[in-house]
Formats: sequence, structure tokens, C-alpha cells
Amino acid sequence: MNEITLTNLSIVILFLPLIGFFFTLLFGKRIKKMYAFEILVICSVFALTVVLAFFKLTQFVNARIISEFTWIDIKNSAILPNISIDLGIMLDNLTVLLMFVVALVSMLVHIFSLVYMKGDKRFNRYYAYLGLFTFSMNGIVFTHNILMMYIFWELVGVSSYLLIGFWYEKKSASDASKKAFLVTRVGDVGMFAGILLLFVTYHTFTFDKIFAQISAGVLPFNSGFWLTITGLLIFCGAVGKSAQFPLHVWLPDAMEGPTPVSALIHAATMVAAGVYLVARVFAMLTADALLVIAIIGAISAFIPATIALTQKDIKKVLAYSTISQLGYMIMAMGVGAFSYAFFHLITHAFFKACLFLGSGSVILGMHHEQDITKMGGLRKKMPLTYATFLIATLAISGVPLTSGFLSKDGILAGTLAFSKLTGYWVFPVVGYFVAALTAFYMFRLVIITFHGEPNDKEKFEHVHESPYSMVIPLVVLSTLSIFIWYTPNPISADAGWFLPKWVHTPATIVPNFARFDFMKSFAKPGEIKKEDNTKAIVSVVNNDIIPTRTTIITEQPAQEGQEEIIHSESYTETFHSYHYPAILLSILVGGFGILMAFVIYHWKKISADKLANALKPLYNFSYHKWYFDELYDYTFIWLTMFLSKILYWFDANIVDGIVNGSAVVVRFASRFSAKFDSIVVDGFVNLLAYISGFIGIFFRKLQTGKVQTYVIYVVFSLVILLFLFKSF
Amino acid sequence: MLNVGLNHFLVISAVLFSFGIFGIVTRKNAVMVLMGVELMLNSANINFVAFAKFGAFGNQGQLIALFVVVLAAAEAAIALAIVLNIYKTFNSINVDEIDSLKE
Repeated sequence: MNEITLTNLSIVILFLPLIGFFFTLLFGKRIKKMYAFEILVICSVFALTVVLAFFKLTQFVNARIISEFTWIDIKNSAILPNISIDLGIMLDNLTVLLMFVVALVSMLVHIFSLVYMKGDKRFNRYYAYLGLFTFSMNGIVFTHNILMMYIFWELVGVSSYLLIGFWYEKKSASDASKKAFLVTRVGDVGMFAGILLLFVTYHTFTFDKIFAQISAGVLPFNSGFWLTITGLLIFCGAVGKSAQFPLHVWLPDAMEGPTPVSALIHAATMVAAGVYLVARVFAMLTADALLVIAIIGAISAFIPATIALTQKDIKKVLAYSTISQLGYMIMAMGVGAFSYAFFHLITHAFFKACLFLGSGSVILGMHHEQDITKMGGLRKKMPLTYATFLIATLAISGVPLTSGFLSKDGILAGTLAFSKLTGYWVFPVVGYFVAALTAFYMFRLVIITFHGEPNDKEKFEHVHESPYSMVIPLVVLSTLSIFIWYTPNPISADAGWFLPKWVHTPATIVPNFARFDFMKSFAKPGEIKKEDNTKAIVSVVNNDIIPTRTTIITEQPAQEGQEEIIHSESYTETFHSYHYPAILLSILVGGFGILMAFVIYHWKKISADKLANALKPLYNFSYHKWYFDELYDYTFIWLTMFLSKILYWFDANIVDGIVNGSAVVVRFASRFSAKFDSIVVDGFVNLLAYISGFIGIFFRKLQTGKVQTYVIYVVFSLVILLFLFKSF
Repeated sequence: MLNVGLNHFLVISAVLFSFGIFGIVTRKNAVMVLMGVELMLNSANINFVAFAKFGAFGNQGQLIALFVVVLAAAEAAIALAIVLNIYKTFNSINVDEIDSLKE
């Protein structure tokens, strides 16, 4: 297995789902079982991804393999500078890890949907869309330049739109799909502006080339301020796609789509693409940009967590919890806990997909009932669903021995270290508060749904455990929510194979003045030595099968026993010093949240209704989702509608007026021209006809009908001709 | 003895042709008109033979004349058949009365 094979393998992985999409879409109407092809495709994608990830992580663990070809090459142009745009793929550890998550969750969702979507009239089309989504998501994961990323970014938007609106006969579903598409588009416009800023400055879209120029000191408009702006504009794309404040409103509505789709797109993969984007451009983010990102992340972690407390729709609770967890990741990126943010992305993908698929199992068992107040006591009827749901809930609440505990702790320690070094104490406070809220609302969900007595006896009678093809994905995902897959030490991921070996925090490349104080390299002489250490070995290989330039960049592996440096040495030190306090505090707040949930909903020591009444304004505020939808309705949407009404008026009165006015002129002219036509032109033609008729009257006399007269004419004419032509 | 030359033949032929025309134009009887046509054809025959004899055309003239005789026979047969049919339809073979195409 060499670099070329890995590259070709990843190209195959990238394009296989596209083939699945086209075939399933084209033949779906004719061949009833066409979805089997798509399932075959996704299973082979998963198998190939396992092979890819295995060899990448064992043989090339410190290498980045880049394969590219020149797409557009402008040289010696009179008006344009020399531009060459490369398209290509990059394989590094982030790529293969996320690819593994995407392929696995996608495959499980494909299998889960077999039963969940059974009997749907557009069954084949559903699988075709899943294929399209998988292809687009692979594109985001594999790309080595921001242009391709933007293209696939929009493609996942399209497939998300198609799948949210899959039951488009329902008004709410088609509305939700439109909302999701338009709201994310707002963020994408910002991202596009950021890409353009990068392009006018660096004349390239490739991440590596952009970073090389930034570290050489080339900045947009020669100012650090514009570098911050560029970074934040690109982050706008992540805000839209990862449903961060203030563009988070689309994700809860997106739950109108089929539940497996929510698990795949709106919990595990697509919404994580925003975090992946931040991870890709992490090295070029300035201190100001990182701070803004952390603040956005903290707000997005906090607001949905408070909303999730009161929601009654099982999927809405999970949707808000997804936004909240994504906010956690974004916040972790902002405070520099890069590897833990990515770690949380992966662990969250597994346990949130498990929760969503579990809710799908519940919804199917309850015959498409999503209101948790009508459930209750399902534990006895659906033991396997309950067990897997509980494991995933433990993971998201950050209970020890789960994967969520490891990643959440890392993030919380990161916020603590950040606040120690910069003084922003708000991040750990928000982090811990949200951790407590998360534990509370997730256990509220579990208790109301699965514990206690059934609230709707009649429906409860018909509840049954879901079939194996639905339960097996749940079991697989809940197994992946246990710590053992990530590290042998249940309280620290640092000892495992995941973080120190596979995911490294990229060294920042922004100029010194734009860094946080604790990261300024002149402060620590040791930092320069570190930069020397990371000097990469670059080698180029020819690819015979697919004509691309393949470059392998091997970074020097961390020496044996040498601590991996995240962000900066002082950050790393502080991070480690906060590791155990963070764990302790996290267990405390998580335990408190769980305890409160049991006190209120299980033992009913405190009545939930009384509590809601006592805190009526707060309860309503949370229940109505902080009135975000209303706020947007009365501001942005009202403004847009007002503007479009003005434009409509302008169109109807002024533009149409001009058109109608010109029509009147034309009609007048044509009336005049018609008169001209009927009098002058027709008169002329009639005159000609009269003349011919008159001549006809004369000549008719010659035509007697008697052959003999004709013969005389002939003879006379002959004689005349004879005399005429005599001289010749 | 008068030396008979090409001009004599041509004069005979012209006279015959004129008789033919005269017959066609003046006669009312369709059969007489046909006879006029025959006269014209034969005047042409005389021309052919005369030119063949006095010109350097070999036997072509005679050959064409034979063709014309054959054609004339066929023409007479068809024309007489038409005349018979006209008689059946109109009960007359007067060419002046057969002018229904005029209307």
C-alpha cells in the first residue's frame, strides 16, 4: 500500500456514492429494488474507507498526501495576473477520521432506513438523495482547496434541502427545507466573500499555498485587521452550516425530514462540516477571530441548551442539543482546544446519531408520535432501544467511562486554560453551566420517554421493539460511545492513541502582533526550536493511473516521551494543570444535572408543573425558543417582505407602466400602418389585378373554343415569324 | 425534258401542305379535318425524301419518312376512334359544335 494507491483509493471513495446516486435516480422508477444498489455502494465505500484509514493511520501517520491537477491555468494574459487554480484531494489524519465517521454513520443510516422508510412511495429516490449527500460530504472531507470545499459545501446544502423536504406534500416540511436552504445561504454568502478576499490576495485557493504566503507575511490589504475579517467571513459559512447563533433557527425546523436523515445530516456529519471548516483554516485565524468564534460558540452552546429544557417534541430536544454541542465544539476551537474539539466532533457524531436513530425507533414504535408527553414506560416494551439510548445519553451528559466524558473534559479544561491565560472567565462558566443543563434535559428526555407509567395507554399497547435492521445500528453506535475505542485510560484521552498520535493542533501562522499574548513566539525562545522541529519533508511522486501531481509532506513525529505541544507551551502547561480539576468539576455539575432530572421527573419530589408555573416568564421564554423565529419574522423577514413589496409595486407600476406605454405606442403605430397597408399597398395590388382583368377581357375574345380558329392563329403567327426571322 | 430538281419537290410539298391547312381550317367534318392532317404529314414526307435524295444524308430521310407513315397510320387509327366516340357523345362530328371546353 503506497501513497499512490491511497490516493486512488480515496478518489474511488469520493466518486462511488455519486455513481450510486445517478443509477438509483435514473433507474429508480423502473426497477423497484434499485435501492439495493445504493446500499451496496455505501457498504463498499465503508469497506474501502476502513482500508484507507487503516493504512493511512499505520503507515503514513505523520504524512499529508496531496494529489492535485491544474484546472485553470492563466498565463501571459494582458489583463489578468498569472493564476493557476488547482483541484485536488488531501489525505491527512483529520480527513480519514472524519471520512470514517461519515462512511460508518451513512452506512448505518442506510440500513436503518430500510425499515424506517418502508412503504414510502419515493423509497428509491430517498436512497438516491442519501447517495448524493454522501458524495457531497466526502468532497468536503477530501478537498485540499477552499474552492472545491465551497462547491461541495453548497452540494450538501442541496442534499439537505432535498431530504428535509422529502415529504414535500406536508407544508411544514417544504417550508422547513426552504428555511434551511435560505438561512444557511446567509452564512455561505459570507464564506464566499471570505474566499474571494483570499483569492484576490493570494491568487490561489489551495490551503497550503495560502498558509505558506500568510506565514511569509503576505496579508490581505497588508493589515492584520483584514486577516481577521477574512477568517471571520469564512467562519460565517460554519455559522450557517453548523447552525450557530444567530443562524441556528433552521436546524430545529429541519427535523421535519425523515428521522434517519436527521441522524445522518443534522446530527453527525453535515452540521459538523462547519467545525471541520474551522479546523481546516484554524492556522490562519487571528486572536481576534478566535475570540469571536469562541463567543459565538459559547452563545450557541448556551441558548439552545436552555430551549431544550422545555421542548416536548423528542426530535426538537435532540436538535437543540445538537446545536448546543456544536457550539461547544466551536467554542473549543476558539479557545484553542483544537484536538479536543475535533475529538468531540467524532464522539458527538456517534452518540448523537445513536440518539437520533433511537428516537426514530421510538417514533416508529409509537406509530409516528413525537410528543414525549404521550410516551412513558417504553423501557419495558423497547429494551434494546432503551439501553442504547441510555448509553448515548450518558455519553452526551459526560458521565465517566463514556466517550463524551473524555471529549467534553478536554474542551472544559481548554476553556479553563484559556481563561487563566487571557482572563475571559465567561467561557468555562458557560461551559460548565451548559454541561449541567445538557445532563438535565437529556435525562429529562430519557425519564419522560422510557421510565414511569405510560401516558397514552392505548398507544402503549401497540408499541413493539423495532426489528433487527434498526436495532443493530443503534447497538453499533452506542458501543462506539464507550471510552475503550479511544483510549485505554477512562479519565484521560491524552494517554490514548487518538489525540497525541493522530490529531495535532496546527501551529499558528498569523503574524506575531495578531496572536494571543501567550502565543507570541518571542516570549518563549523554546518556541523557535519547536518550529524547527516541525519542518516538513516534502517528496513528490508520479501517479500513473490518475494523472495528478502527488506530494507527500511528512512532518517530523514528536520525539518519544516529548509532550505534544498544543497551541503554545504555556497553553499546554496550563491545560494539563487544569486537567483534573476540570474532570472533578465536570462530574459534579453533570451529576447535579442528572440528579435534578431524577428528582423532578422520576421521583417527582418537585412538581415540574409547579416549577414551570413559578418560573412562568422564563418557562415561556424557553418554550417559545427565545422568540427567535418571531424576532426574525418581525425584523429580517418583515424587512425583506417590505422591500419586496416596494419592488413589486415598482415593478407593477413603473416597469409595467413603461412596458404598457410602449405597447400603446406600438398599437397606435400599427393602426396607422394597417391603414397604410389596406389603402396604399392593397390599392396597388388591386390596381394590378384590374389591369390584368381588363387585358383578360380583350384576350378572352380570342379564345373561341374552335380548333380551326386556333389553327388559323398558328398559321398566321407562323407566317409572321417567318417574315420576322427571314433575315437570319 | 424538264430537269426535275429539289425545288419541284419542295413546291409540290408546299402546295400539298397548303391544301392540308386549307382542309383543316375550312371543313366542318372531323373526318375531313383528319384527311387534312394526313395531307400535311405527307407533304412533310415528300420534303424528307427530297432532301434525302438531293442532300448528303444517306438514307436517313427515307427512314424518317417510313416512321412518319407508321405514325400517321397509328394517328389515323386513334383519331378515328376518337371521332367515333365524339359521334356517340354529341351525335355529330361537326367540329364547330364541339366547344364545351369554352364554357
